[in-house]
Amino acid sequence: MWSETNYKIRKFKERLILALTVVAVILAIIPLLSILIEVVIRGLPAISIEFLTSPPGIIGQPGGGIANAIQGTFILIGLSSLIGVPIGVLAGIYLAEFGNNPLGRVVRFLSDVLMQMPSIVIGIFVYVLVVLALGRFSPIAGAIALSIIMLPIVIKTTEESVRLVPNLLREGALALGLRRWRVILSIVVPAAKSGVVTGVMLAISRIAGETAPLIMTVLGSQWFFTSLFEPIDALPLRIWRLALLPYEYAHQQGWGAALVLIAIVLTLNVVAKTLTKISFGRRVKI
Amino acid sequence: MEKGDKEGDTNLSEVGATRLLHLPSISLKGDTLFLALTIAAATSIIVIMALLIIKIYEGAAPVFNRFGFSFLTSLEWNPVEGMEAYGALPYLLGTLTTSAIALIVGVPISLGVAIFLAEIAPSSIRAPLSYVIELLAAVPSVIYGLWGVFVFRFWVRDLIEVPLSTYLGFIPIFSGTPYGLSVLTGGLILAIMIIPTVSAVCREVLLAVPSTQREAAYSLGATRWEAIRIGVLSYARAGIVGAIILGLGRAVGETMAVTMVIGNAVGPAALPTSLLKAGQTMASLIANEFNEADPVSLHPSALIGVGFILLISALIINVAAQLLIYRVRAKGVVE
Repeated sequence: MWSETNYKIRKFKERLILALTVVAVILAIIPLLSILIEVVIRGLPAISIEFLTSPPGIIGQPGGGIANAIQGTFILIGLSSLIGVPIGVLAGIYLAEFGNNPLGRVVRFLSDVLMQMPSIVIGIFVYVLVVLALGRFSPIAGAIALSIIMLPIVIKTTEESVRLVPNLLREGALALGLRRWRVILSIVVPAAKSGVVTGVMLAISRIAGETAPLIMTVLGSQWFFTSLFEPIDALPLRIWRLALLPYEYAHQQGWGAALVLIAIVLTLNVVAKTLTKISFGRRVKI
Repeated sequence: MEKGDKEGDTNLSEVGATRLLHLPSISLKGDTLFLALTIAAATSIIVIMALLIIKIYEGAAPVFNRFGFSFLTSLEWNPVEGMEAYGALPYLLGTLTTSAIALIVGVPISLGVAIFLAEIAPSSIRAPLSYVIELLAAVPSVIYGLWGVFVFRFWVRDLIEVPLSTYLGFIPIFSGTPYGLSVLTGGLILAIMIIPTVSAVCREVLLAVPSTQREAAYSLGATRWEAIRIGVLSYARAGIVGAIILGLGRAVGETMAVTMVIGNAVGPAALPTSLLKAGQTMASLIANEFNEADPVSLHPSALIGVGFILLISALIINVAAQLLIYRVRAKGVVE
């Protein structure tokens, strides 16, 4: 059995598989490279002062821009952070400081399940819960949907970073007679701050590109923001609508909007991950 | 913190500190208040999950009551007033088909990437390479869709669909005119999108396999691949299955990219009878039709009903994946 030819076959098999893994890596990277190259090459020509500062023009005629979509995206990010960050950070603190009990385990498990929930399902949920109740599409509904998507990410990163704060700090502060809540808010959370901040940035980079839940909550619009109870636009929605239009100029604008969006999302993502690497010595997995 | 010393702390601060330092009793309330606040925040996750299921079911109830079980088995989809008929079967099958393509193509590539990153790559390129692969996960779905419509679609058409239909077109699943907007393109774009998820979890699982496993295999005279196959992959099997299920969860729920490349067929035409035909998944149907649905008809309710099926599928898949990964973690294989 263990002849020379057998050994050669086994050696050949080894080389073949090792080569195949390299092929797999190349296959995995090609789409990313292609996306980045296409977005830059096709998107750059669309970028101009007018494109970045004016709302969409008349459909079918070149001109106009994506300013209202950029504005809408930032409004949505702000509103959803306002809801999602405090709740997420408090829940993360609970899990890290008091969560070694059945409630903690249930919350941790459901939070992991919620993190993987398709975003369109969350969109439908908020449609039934908020849009039908208010009778209109609104940034409020969009922000609620996006904050639900943020929540598990913020919870997870907060829990991980609070857990990494050494117990010595807590014990020292308690020994000085500080209350638990004072210890957590004044000692533990500041020590875990950079981890929490990067978690929030990762969550924002995720929701900035979400499209599906916005279809059924903010709807999209041609105009700038007027009220919290009127439909607004957002970059991902605008990209989608532009891509569906049968005009060459619209496609170019779509690529331009994609360039703006990908710049926002990847900057946040890369900065956040680099920060976690500095503060944790490793990157947090989402 | 351990449960034991947590209680210890409370006793110490309640008995010792307040008496000795004469701290105002309000601070005791502070502790209770803060704990209540964090519990409320944590419980919000349970409330959200419960409401999610209840509310979506409520939204879907009109169509469930009207069509009953045939909502799952019927092929018709007609929102025209007076002729309304809704059946979700073609989209359920469409989701199954695209997800299957995504797993068949995406899992071997992800495993290859994970094996390369965990076992083969020199340490100098490990970190930057995994970083680049994770970036794939950060690209928004709608940008995959844009790239899918204007770039990837033509790759699929020219490199895969045209040869398939020319040489194998007589087989029903390869019949049809190659346009590039098809079930196949939808499945392949999903394959690309699940690679970062599946490969990241697989890599984590592989890295956690104790090195004694590899050493034992080498000491028996195994080649590098044999050591990986016998010593590492079989040991990490449960975790790898968890990663694949997680990938399946992502493929089932992914919306925008698929919506933009799958061709959006409706009704019996949406049955995925051929890979080269236009199709529709549950998620893409909802994204496409939601804004056009007339609020007084059953149409929105039917779309929410499709969303309910999607929710239940995602729930089953994700709970299974989490349980598997939790079990592997508890065994100490991961982290």
